[in-house]
Amino acid sequence: MTSLMLNISRLAKRFPNGVEALAELSFSLNGGDFVSLLGPSGCGKSTALRIVAGLLAADSGAVNFPTGKPELGFVFQEPTLMPWADALTNVRLPLDLKHGTRGEANGRAESALARVGLKGFERALPRELSGGMKMRVSIARALCSFLGASKPRLLLLDEPFAALDEITRAALNDDLLRLWREDGLTILFVTHSVAESCYLSERVLVMTPRPGRLSADIALPKQSERPQGFHFSPQFLDCQRRVSEALGAA
Amino acid sequence: MRRALDILFPLLLAATVLAAWEAIVDVKQIPPYILPAPSAIFAALVQNWSSLSASMLVTISVTLQGFLGALIAAIALAILFSQSRLAERALYPYAVILQVTPMVAIAPLILIWVGFDHIDRALALIAGMIAFFPILSNAAQGLKSTDFNLLELTRLYGASRWQTLVKVQMPSALPALLTGMKIGGVIALIGEVTAEFAAGSGTASGLAWRIVESGNRLEIATLFAALALLALTGILFFAALSLLEWALLRRWHESAMARY
Repeated sequence: MTSLMLNISRLAKRFPNGVEALAELSFSLNGGDFVSLLGPSGCGKSTALRIVAGLLAADSGAVNFPTGKPELGFVFQEPTLMPWADALTNVRLPLDLKHGTRGEANGRAESALARVGLKGFERALPRELSGGMKMRVSIARALCSFLGASKPRLLLLDEPFAALDEITRAALNDDLLRLWREDGLTILFVTHSVAESCYLSERVLVMTPRPGRLSADIALPKQSERPQGFHFSPQFLDCQRRVSEALGAA
Repeated sequence: MRRALDILFPLLLAATVLAAWEAIVDVKQIPPYILPAPSAIFAALVQNWSSLSASMLVTISVTLQGFLGALIAAIALAILFSQSRLAERALYPYAVILQVTPMVAIAPLILIWVGFDHIDRALALIAGMIAFFPILSNAAQGLKSTDFNLLELTRLYGASRWQTLVKVQMPSALPALLTGMKIGGVIALIGEVTAEFAAGSGTASGLAWRIVESGNRLEIATLFAALALLALTGILFFAALSLLEWALLRRWHESAMARY
């Protein structure tokens, strides 16, 4: 799982209102990476993510998947759920759109909900769920969008935990790491939190203020090599110091 | 308790107003051809019940036909607008023209074109034309107001336009559509009454015609009785559409949850 999965070269984007979001952004991801894209607000992180997902066209530059386009899952900053539909129906959406059988889709959606700790909440409407639970439904839906067992899976997350309280955020961070390990996902995680990027990822890409370009590519200790209680360790503080310095210099 | 008070207060107010009305007519000796007492109106209602109730059924039936026709046409056009910006640009101005043109001015033309042999059809068409625009504009707005991120998700998952419409846009537009239906349902009744007035006596047979006929005969108590039934018809339309809104939205939409 170390082959090159995504290669972005010299990506540029200017919006019709004249805002130049990206200027020559280049980076790459290997299969199985957990990489954070970090930068100040408005530096083009979300724009880059949407271009990778194919939701937005770049003005110039290229997005290449050298080993073929992987299956994509996307999690927005907001849970982005259908308020009229229960949790199961929300999670099932990607499968419903691909004309799977209802029984199979329900089975997979139930399993995805159970994996994010929402077993028993299948029939709950979004308004009946807390902010953290809604985000779990959103992650379960992204997991459900991965259909082919043989295809590589790229999960794109756009500041998914930014609006959550600290306790919920910490719990979801751990859940995300568990899913990444269990499913062999490749994750590109947009955040503006230094601590979150250091805790979750093995590599942090630091972007400059708008127009965004890559300012630093910082390798962090592998998750498998991190000690218990990593986020209370001097090693974690050192990671944060390095990333913060890079962010300050960007 | 709160719901009981919601019903009790308007009823108490109505009883007070009716009692005051009855007393004023009695004390001032107002002639019944100027202002009949509520008791006289009730007596006229009982006396003319068979003809008035038949007229009420005609009014309800014609209004319902016009409303349903407008609903189908408006939803179809709103869907077309949501799928084609070109269609919206080309057709929306005509929908606005239809709305701003006073229906009372073109009702006689429609009556002539459709023909007095098919008077109910002409009345339904006029009622529908009046109900059409609020339903269209609300439905179109609802379809356009779908959460942008949800639309992006459906794109990411390779949904067809039809799938996006059915699974995301239409449910999302439902609250706005129901608001349009409530407005459209009530003004369809106004359209039907306007059309009956334009058609004149001897052709239409709904409640508006009863009002014209009673006025001509100076049967003012019967006129008031017909007017009361017309108001009741409007309330029934509004209540039915509110009930539909509640049934469809009560589980998930703030508007329905807060109100009921």
